[in-house]
Amino acid sequence: MDAESLLLSLELASGSGQGLSPDRRASLLTSLMLVKRDYRYDRVLFWGRILGLVADYYIAQGLSEDQLAPRKTLYSLNCMEWSLLPPATEEMMVQTSVVNGRFMGDPSHEYEHTEMQKMTEGDRVFEEEIVVQIKEETRLVSVIDQIDKAVAIIPRGALFKTPFGPIHVNRTFDGLSLSEAKKLSSYFHFKEAVELKDKTLLEKADLDPSLDFMDSLEHDIPKASLDIDQEDMEQADGHN
Amino acid sequence: MDDSASLKQEKESQEAEDAERPGEEMTAASSQDPEPESSEPVESEHGPETGPQPGSSPPWSPQSRASAPSDGLPEPGAAPAPRSPQEPSSSPLLPPDKQDPAAPSQSDRITRVDPEAGTPHSGHLEQIPDKGESTYEIFQSERKAFGRSQQPKPHLYGQRDASYNNSKQKELRFDIFHEEDSNSNYTLEQPEPGISDTAPSMLEIAVQNAKAYLLKSSSKSGLNLYDHLSSMLTKILDERPENAVDIIENISRDVKMAYFSKKLDTLQSENEMLPIYEIAEKQKALFLQGNLEGADQELEDEIAENSLPNVMESAFYFEQAGVGLGTDETYRIFLGLKQLTDTHPFHRCRFWGKILGLEMNYIVAEVEFRDGEDEEEVEEEDVAEERDNGESEADEDEEDELPKSFYKAPQAVPKEESRTGANKYVYFVCNEPGRPWVKLPSVTPAQIVIARKIKKFFTGRLDAPIISYPPFPGNESNYLRAQIARISAGTHVSPLGFYQFVEEEGEEEEEVEGGRDSFEENPDFEGIQVTDLVESLSSWVHHVQHILPQRFRIHPLGQHGYPQISFLNMLLQSFDPTFGLEHTPFPMAESLKIST
Repeated sequence: MDAESLLLSLELASGSGQGLSPDRRASLLTSLMLVKRDYRYDRVLFWGRILGLVADYYIAQGLSEDQLAPRKTLYSLNCMEWSLLPPATEEMMVQTSVVNGRFMGDPSHEYEHTEMQKMTEGDRVFEEEIVVQIKEETRLVSVIDQIDKAVAIIPRGALFKTPFGPIHVNRTFDGLSLSEAKKLSSYFHFKEAVELKDKTLLEKADLDPSLDFMDSLEHDIPKASLDIDQEDMEQADGHN
Repeated sequence: MDDSASLKQEKESQEAEDAERPGEEMTAASSQDPEPESSEPVESEHGPETGPQPGSSPPWSPQSRASAPSDGLPEPGAAPAPRSPQEPSSSPLLPPDKQDPAAPSQSDRITRVDPEAGTPHSGHLEQIPDKGESTYEIFQSERKAFGRSQQPKPHLYGQRDASYNNSKQKELRFDIFHEEDSNSNYTLEQPEPGISDTAPSMLEIAVQNAKAYLLKSSSKSGLNLYDHLSSMLTKILDERPENAVDIIENISRDVKMAYFSKKLDTLQSENEMLPIYEIAEKQKALFLQGNLEGADQELEDEIAENSLPNVMESAFYFEQAGVGLGTDETYRIFLGLKQLTDTHPFHRCRFWGKILGLEMNYIVAEVEFRDGEDEEEVEEEDVAEERDNGESEADEDEEDELPKSFYKAPQAVPKEESRTGANKYVYFVCNEPGRPWVKLPSVTPAQIVIARKIKKFFTGRLDAPIISYPPFPGNESNYLRAQIARISAGTHVSPLGFYQFVEEEGEEEEEVEGGRDSFEENPDFEGIQVTDLVESLSSWVHHVQHILPQRFRIHPLGQHGYPQISFLNMLLQSFDPTFGLEHTPFPMAESLKIST
């Protein structure tokens, strides 16, 4: 949710039962403004909230001019002070895939995971148990990244690509019409295109290169993993 | 179709001019026009012979040339028959409106064709058989309307006629102008080329023929070439595009398309029934209904007091904790609940929650009927039992060949009585506030067992089948009810001491379990300090009985080892085993006892 239209977007998303208390909302408004100024972001988005046992993490993301460039992720425990998270790497994903269960809520908490590793000493080969420490921060980063890759969507036409490369917000985007909003093909995954290159030439002929540069939701497997909720009368929400 | 602008100028300039000069002007004008493709061949053809004579022919001939090749087009020549009312100007039968330049210009030409001397005309025309008479009459009327100087030579038209002949002989259908086929006309005219006396009349006739041909309506589309060309030229002159000659076909096509789009506009329905409008209508009914009930104030108050808690107030408190549906939606839910309680007599009604589904969502209300008003659920179970008996009998009959199976399915677990245990409350659901409320059936132990093992999204339709393994006995309404039962059993908590057992006289010595079923609010409850509530979970207890794995009976809950459930920001610490209810704490072992 854009920092500028935060309250409106929060209202729309409230249908799912997750909301923010008034004090959090108010503090978000002010702190996101400050984040935008300090880090010099073009747009700051309130990403959401990750629930933990002791405390919850509030996550925000900052975008630069190029919308598809890797985003900077920040977290906060009280919606006032934000800290930058390191960018996600493959290694992190692998490491944290072994951790299950809830988040603690304490960023410095370390999960312990015992692994069997083969050690060779001279002629002998034996396995040793090694306890690997995984920081909660790392886990947070990789979880956020996974969620983004899976479900960040954007309607068709909201972004467009210029010949020079950078991707801009389409200021003339008026929203989707009702019939378009019901179709899954009008929404794209908000990340670099993966399936686009595999399309046949026939399919590509129908695409508009300035608008259709991301993967559409139509071809997701399993089908209908994302469904369109028309409960809200004015607009359509997308939710899992 | 003609160059209205240029022709107007010509009309004005023509008054007392030489026949040829206007012709030249017209030629010049016409050559300026964006119709060169048709005029060029004409000019080349007529060049050697006619010299200064293009006269009125070029404006004519382009159309004629256009029409000649267009014979092949799907406009079979026909008389200027049912002309579209949109183009009254093209009908020379109509009183020539000077407002419309096309008609006068058209008739201009025709009259110009006439030499000023009427007699040779009439004489010639009279020679023409009757078929031509109507033409003559029309002709005369036009001439009276516009006495203009006449134009040159007919053998141009004779030439044109030749081409006309070839094309027209096949497909002519005249009605207004010519009653029968014009072949005879042509044959008459052919042996008379170049005769100046008869020339004008030939010219006239030829012009008439040409015009009639152009006015012939297409049997496919109802258009005629005359109108089409005139509207096309009008459009071109209005818009004055660049390189019009190159895009003339596109212009023609656009003009044709434009004929049809008008009709579509008038047929389009104005009111679209979008689904959002329907939902809005239903919700409007919700709002209005509240007002209608105002008449019976006392009754309403009494009911409202008993049944509906203050939904908005509870929502406010939840919102402080960050859980909620948003004020608008909560208000609509409140109105929906009010509607529910107005129609049914409940002892207590509560907003249980909202369950998200793929197509639609569910809004769930938990309801407690007043004592003595049970619903009829007994029928279903009887039916099931009868069916079981019937099946076993059938099996036994067939048996000679197949070995008898000794498998007897375990007896279905008896359902609990209504208003006890998991069926203590009845749940109503609706998809949207404003839609009718549907009662969910009671839950059976078997359903709860399977519901524990499967995980399916709700679609939002209560009759949707649940296809799963292990197979779920029932459809989505049963599955929903089972999940609601599990959630309720696991999450209903209250502060310690808030509820107390109802103590029944004289039966305390009997199974303690029996006494555990009912509880009520403790009137002596003084409230626990908020700080106590927050700091440790020992002040919270589950007051709903936990569903035991064996689910033969549902057992009151003493303690259980679940990790805590923090649904309020306040309950954030690890869980401590907690007491049951105030008066009789009882140890773990008992709570895990299974009875049949």
